[in-house]
Amino acid sequence: MYQYDTHDQAMVDARVAEFSDQVARRLSGALAEDQFRPLRLKNGLYLQLHAYMLRVAVPYGTLNARQMRMLGDIADKYDRGYGHFTTRQNIQYNWIKLEDAPAILADLASVGMHAIQTSGNCIRNTTADHFAGAAADEVADPRPYAELLRQWSTFHPEFDYLPRKFKVAIIGSDVDRAAMKLHDIGIQVVTNAAGEEGLRIHVGGGMGRTPMIAPVIRDWLSPLQMVSYLEACLRVYNRYGRRDNKYKARIKILVHEIGAEEYRRQVEQEFAHILTLGLEPPPAELARIKAQFADPAFDRAAPVAIDLSDPDFALWVDQNVHAHKVQGYGIVTISLKPTGGIPGDASADQIRLMADLARDFSFDELRVTHAQNIVLPHVKRTDLHAIWQRLDEAGLATPNLDLIGDIIACPGLDYCSLANARSIPLAQKISARFADVERQRDLGELKLKISGCINACGHHHAGHIGILGVDRKGVENYQLLFGGSEGADTSLGSIIGPGFSEDGIVDAIERATQVYVAQRTDGERFLDTYRRIGTAPFKDAIYG
Amino acid sequence: MAETLIRLRDDSASTAPVVAFADLSDTANALAVRLMPGDDARALLPLLGQLELVEVAFPGFNDGRGYSAASILRESGYTGELRAVGDVLVDQISHYHRVGFDAFAPDQPITRAAIDTAIATWPEVYQRTVDGRPAIWALRHG
Repeated sequence: MYQYDTHDQAMVDARVAEFSDQVARRLSGALAEDQFRPLRLKNGLYLQLHAYMLRVAVPYGTLNARQMRMLGDIADKYDRGYGHFTTRQNIQYNWIKLEDAPAILADLASVGMHAIQTSGNCIRNTTADHFAGAAADEVADPRPYAELLRQWSTFHPEFDYLPRKFKVAIIGSDVDRAAMKLHDIGIQVVTNAAGEEGLRIHVGGGMGRTPMIAPVIRDWLSPLQMVSYLEACLRVYNRYGRRDNKYKARIKILVHEIGAEEYRRQVEQEFAHILTLGLEPPPAELARIKAQFADPAFDRAAPVAIDLSDPDFALWVDQNVHAHKVQGYGIVTISLKPTGGIPGDASADQIRLMADLARDFSFDELRVTHAQNIVLPHVKRTDLHAIWQRLDEAGLATPNLDLIGDIIACPGLDYCSLANARSIPLAQKISARFADVERQRDLGELKLKISGCINACGHHHAGHIGILGVDRKGVENYQLLFGGSEGADTSLGSIIGPGFSEDGIVDAIERATQVYVAQRTDGERFLDTYRRIGTAPFKDAIYG
Repeated sequence: MAETLIRLRDDSASTAPVVAFADLSDTANALAVRLMPGDDARALLPLLGQLELVEVAFPGFNDGRGYSAASILRESGYTGELRAVGDVLVDQISHYHRVGFDAFAPDQPITRAAIDTAIATWPEVYQRTVDGRPAIWALRHG
């Protein structure tokens, strides 16, 4: 994976110095809160319901064992002994003191980490396929491009006060594991008949209160023009994105209002101008970065067959280990969704354990997934049993990946100042209701996503089952959506009817699963059955 | 000392009356013009040879359109004074400088020393912009 050189390190060190000065001026009163607010947000520091929350960047969700260990140590030293992994492949700490923030950033910088642009109206941390460089179905590794984008977007002077936040996601496989089309810009690395890599650029997707699937704006772009093209995409947005209404300020609204064709025309015009300026890093820079993402020293002779006689172990392997591009290896997903637990939370000890396992068994590499789990990308199948035992002792071996218990949930009203309803207790109730793993496996792939407000941090629009918490005359109320997907078959869910109380929605979900079981044909997922038979049978069962 | 106009240029400041962008068509041979955030900087390109001052207004520091306006003017060869005017704060100075501003007229006075410190915030830069600094990729590959 990518290693900082002295240039990268100089930049994060400068950021620590800059932000330390800004915090000192804020604490002394020299800087007013409304002037400080966008500055602290660009360092991931939110003022939430009970305390400051710090969001730390995990660029494209990739980190090494030393960095992961530091995340655990920070949880102990500055928070309450745990951290929360998010749908943006980042980690958040919920109980931070403002005066500790500079010391935390210094600790992070010591392992090449930061909180740069994890909030604010700027280009956010680029997200990517969490199986990049490991998946058997991969066409090309998207991480070198993500790293090039990290550098380009870091402290970009023209795009630090955009109309609204800006999120880029990148994948290199036809299987979309990054909800790519639901981002401001979604990039897919593709290859042509000659085997050359190119980029397909989608612009104008998003969730939030106006969910949209991003149209293709450029079908094929040379990777050696990516920075110039994105510069053009961003400049058109910065100049013409709406600033009169924050709810209409995302680029999806601009693309929707002027149309994809007109947006494309403006971008191409700007692109032609920008190509004359020489802003693109040279091919040698992309080559330098690609070399750092070269395969680790895989043992190509590693055996595929392993002893699966322990049924609990076999269950976990079947559910949580994916096919690796190298025979004899597997991709392990560590579920942070124990029965009745808080989705995405991990204790400091658990974080350090995962760091140790990555160091000892996965070429020193981990990934954070947008589904709030942790991945060990390169594990020898013969090591799986040892890893599973250690995970199991730490409560980290729940075999529920992509099942109904693998719930995505935003922090909700327990933490977030924007929320209208609680998400976490609802996730815990659903998880407890469907605690039986055999029952979960019988229901098959079923992605359930919960947001505590219309901003959709819990991706409810993209859930096979989505839940949106709203405030109805001072009472928490939950709307139920079916039919969303974040995969290659991206679709937006629809609200099926009147909302429910917290207990009511758990019952409604259970009835929906009964309809699915009664109606499914061989091999159909819940989503497939819903798409085939439509809303009516589900409404009859739930409201009838 | 805190001042209300800080210029990083050696020439003397323009004394020409500043014409609002909206009034440009009524003013032949304007030498100084002010752009508001919604004004199209590209409409000034035919005038770049004659202009000696372009003021870019920041009614609020968090409206970033003026950064693109400045970049476009400099990329198109404008060499006259480019002045950021309005809610201009010390924490945005380094970015202003990187997109080509060389003068500042803040509502709340800023010291020259604070401006110089702000411009020196970044020891290196990742992007090539109109400020002419070598991007980190250029330092890496010569």
